[in-house]
Amino acid sequence: MTEVITDPTLPILHGPSDKEKKYDRQLRLWAASGQQALEDAHILLVNSGSGTVGVETLKNLVLPGIGKFTIADENMVDQADLGVNFFLDEDCLGKPRSECCVRLLQELNPDVKGDWFPKNKDEAIEQLFDGTIKFTMLLYTTPIARTRMELLQEYGQKHSVPVIAVHSAGFYSYFRISLPANFPIVDTHPDSTATTDLRLLTPWEELSNFAASLTGNMESLSAHEHGHIPYVALLLHYLAEWKQTHGSFPSTYKEKTAFRSTVAAGARTDTPEGEEENFDEAVAAILKTVSSPSISSSVREMFNYTPNEMESTSSFWIIADAIKQFYKKHNALPLPGSVPDMKAQSTVYVQLQNIYKAKARQDVAEVLGTVRSHPMGKNIDSAEIESFCKNAAFIKLIRGSEPSEASPANIKVLAEREFENDSHAPLTAIPLSLFPIYLSLSATTSLPTSNVSDIIDTIKNTLPDAASTPRIIEAAEEVARANGGELHNISALTGGMVAQEVIKIITRQYIPIDNTCIFDGITSRMQVLRI
Amino acid sequence: MSQPIMVSGTISAAMPIPAKRWTYLNNVLQNPGPFTNPDYDANEVADRMSNMKLLGAGGLGCEILKNLALSGFKDIHVIDMDTIDVSNLNRQFLFRHSDVGKSKAEVAAKFVEKRVKGVKITPYNCKIQDFDDAFYLQFQMVVCGLDSIEARRWINSTLVNLVDMENPESLKPLIDGGTEGFKGQSRVIFPTLTSCIECQLDMHAPRAAVPLCTLATIPRQPEHCIEWAHIIAWEQEKPFPKLDNDDPEHITWLYKKALGRAAEFNITGVTYSLTQGVVKNIIPAIASTNAIIAASCCNEAFKIATSTNPSLGPEDNYMMYSGNDSIYTYTFKHEKKPDCPVCGNLARDLEVDPTLTLDEFIQSLAVRPEAQLKKPSIRSEAKTLYMQSPESLRLKTAPNLEKKVGDLVVDGEEIGVSDPSLGSVDFKYKLKFSKLFTTATNAAAEKANGNGTTA
Repeated sequence: MTEVITDPTLPILHGPSDKEKKYDRQLRLWAASGQQALEDAHILLVNSGSGTVGVETLKNLVLPGIGKFTIADENMVDQADLGVNFFLDEDCLGKPRSECCVRLLQELNPDVKGDWFPKNKDEAIEQLFDGTIKFTMLLYTTPIARTRMELLQEYGQKHSVPVIAVHSAGFYSYFRISLPANFPIVDTHPDSTATTDLRLLTPWEELSNFAASLTGNMESLSAHEHGHIPYVALLLHYLAEWKQTHGSFPSTYKEKTAFRSTVAAGARTDTPEGEEENFDEAVAAILKTVSSPSISSSVREMFNYTPNEMESTSSFWIIADAIKQFYKKHNALPLPGSVPDMKAQSTVYVQLQNIYKAKARQDVAEVLGTVRSHPMGKNIDSAEIESFCKNAAFIKLIRGSEPSEASPANIKVLAEREFENDSHAPLTAIPLSLFPIYLSLSATTSLPTSNVSDIIDTIKNTLPDAASTPRIIEAAEEVARANGGELHNISALTGGMVAQEVIKIITRQYIPIDNTCIFDGITSRMQVLRI
Repeated sequence: MSQPIMVSGTISAAMPIPAKRWTYLNNVLQNPGPFTNPDYDANEVADRMSNMKLLGAGGLGCEILKNLALSGFKDIHVIDMDTIDVSNLNRQFLFRHSDVGKSKAEVAAKFVEKRVKGVKITPYNCKIQDFDDAFYLQFQMVVCGLDSIEARRWINSTLVNLVDMENPESLKPLIDGGTEGFKGQSRVIFPTLTSCIECQLDMHAPRAAVPLCTLATIPRQPEHCIEWAHIIAWEQEKPFPKLDNDDPEHITWLYKKALGRAAEFNITGVTYSLTQGVVKNIIPAIASTNAIIAASCCNEAFKIATSTNPSLGPEDNYMMYSGNDSIYTYTFKHEKKPDCPVCGNLARDLEVDPTLTLDEFIQSLAVRPEAQLKKPSIRSEAKTLYMQSPESLRLKTAPNLEKKVGDLVVDGEEIGVSDPSLGSVDFKYKLKFSKLFTTATNAAAEKANGNGTTA
């Protein structure tokens, strides 16, 4: 007789699927949820000029498996294209650039759909924006006419779609992202070293009891047991002692240093190594983990923000409000519940993990209760609430951007601030502002072949002193030198950066820029500015 | 400064390629900019470019070949010992599903030669270590995005040792790039003149290994269970003659073992993907980050080759890039170290416990961030202490492994530590004993003489 036992709790022991194999190296960064978001996306590139930076961006999105992309481009392939654009070959000469680039990009990944526009001479790119196609994101490159730019930005606002403008010429580039509305991110992927939250100054009963049970009679413990008390328990033990003798927990740097010596003195030295690893870990953890709870400026910003009518019905803001109530009540965010690895017996460590997990679940339950009592909170996925609670300390809110290029008034304020900073550069050793590069490039948005005096004249419209600022003159000279042409390396690099940002926005993971990134290929520097 | 001055001279193209093809490159090649050296000579640059021979290598190879070909370089050589794996297809854009199993160097070279007319690409399907100095001497520059620190150290020490002060041609700029997830770095090295990869080694500290006793007796993390299966269970049970990290059957065996171990200790989180990640030490990699770093490297190569603008190197020489939280970059000058084991000549002080055995001392070198030597050979001023090869010398010196450091060298003595697998990496350490030490012979002599004087 054979007996077939199937245990549904056992994981299925099969290897990865073909798709998981192909995308293995990126699934480790954004997981299946991020991949799904990419595969659901449709990106439009409105291409022009020397035409490379947008195509390089798409290459970096086709490879990881974006759902669909469309290139709108009225140009026919000419000789100069072949010297800068890798996704064209000699057979393409004289043919529509949009179609040729789509064909060669699609070769990179058979899972991705590609389309182009216009299909014939009678079609105008403007037809794409009648609202029949729902794009996830719009990308346009320069040169571009003001009317077309406004049409794209309008579409973005109307359909709540992010718009990215990219400008690459010679050794310089910049790109600017207009997010149509406030953009909250839960899954920000903070560095693992930043996420430890052990609540050592506000332990709850189960944690205190457990720690006390491990440190009750430390002197009588065997060498093995003593050397395996997890550092969380050690710190709770010495903190309680410290509070008894000092009246309060160590809070200043000086007190913490003294507390460190106290903990270190507790280690036994009659071991073969002359020290104990768990005590070393405890000492090393003091400065980071023995601190009162405080919330980051971005969480504070989220709490202080009053969502508008449309936003307030979204699950994000309903959960955010529940978290805010939780914080008001407990003066702490929900516990994330993870415990870093530390020297300990396996069973003790797992018990400790479970105590933290149980508390985290309890906090989630409380937030869930608040969410459910909200008139629109009935159908919010509990997994979303759980994830919000776990990441609460690292939630990020990026404010939406004005759709069009920055107003002259803003440019003036920014220029003053940046040049003021530059005047202190010899003292502060902070690199010089790249704002002059932005000013010079954007002065050529509609006329890429502008000469130096054209560029300076355009900048003068908003900054009358431009002609007397050497940094602006140098940037204008460098831009004029390129005569509107791209250098492949600069466009490849910029296309990489834009693709990273597109991925972050589509997957809603990691943190995108706010809102403009300027690149200087001469000094190999980047600067992010909100313009 | 006024308008850029027009000067003649273009990149020479093979006959059928019209000059108009290089319109955009020529914009910057023919017009010096405000930061271009005043001595710039467009004709001379065009000549130089047409005679340049560059070498590319490593995981960023696809990007590097594309970028160099479209930067106007005509003679590019590429070394890659790897064959194409399905997990490369999410970023190494010259490879298709039908290419899986073929040589990376050959497929990539063929593709770029076909796409960009007029460029010659020579592939080598082997290791960078397979070539001698004469081979490396033929190139003007080396651009690489190698995936191991060992390979980087090898090419670095090789290029540093190639430098002959009498022959300026022997100095080959090395441009190196590397990525991990949304982060990466690019750096420019002028061998012997600027900080080299070995000077910068402590920027890439090795990850702390989990102690064996944790794996064996007190696992706490899913990774501990996987390492246990990998290091301990596999050795005990030998389910297959030799572990092949790329064989799904082998990984599945380890995965099942790790799962069982995890269940025994109530540990959660062992998955197939994590098992594979731990066993193969997988680093996440995406197309966009590779594009950023490879293009940064090639932009520097272009500037060095053409002098169209100042490059990284003499001053700032290192760019760090991080895209996790907004975009953060830091471009700075990494200083050359006078006690660098490759490009310096000073010995560095090293405090050592003289009661350690030579074997324990050697093991401690593996985890020192500035050393990271896994198979070093060691000699003192007076004699060879331990040699990894040839086998006859290894056998002859092996008995020293059990001896105490204090019995082999004296306090303050200089030792040389080298690792041939890394090229000419040669550490000079001046040993400082951390405690008083009485050598075995002296102890015996003292006993015999009945006094405390030492020789």
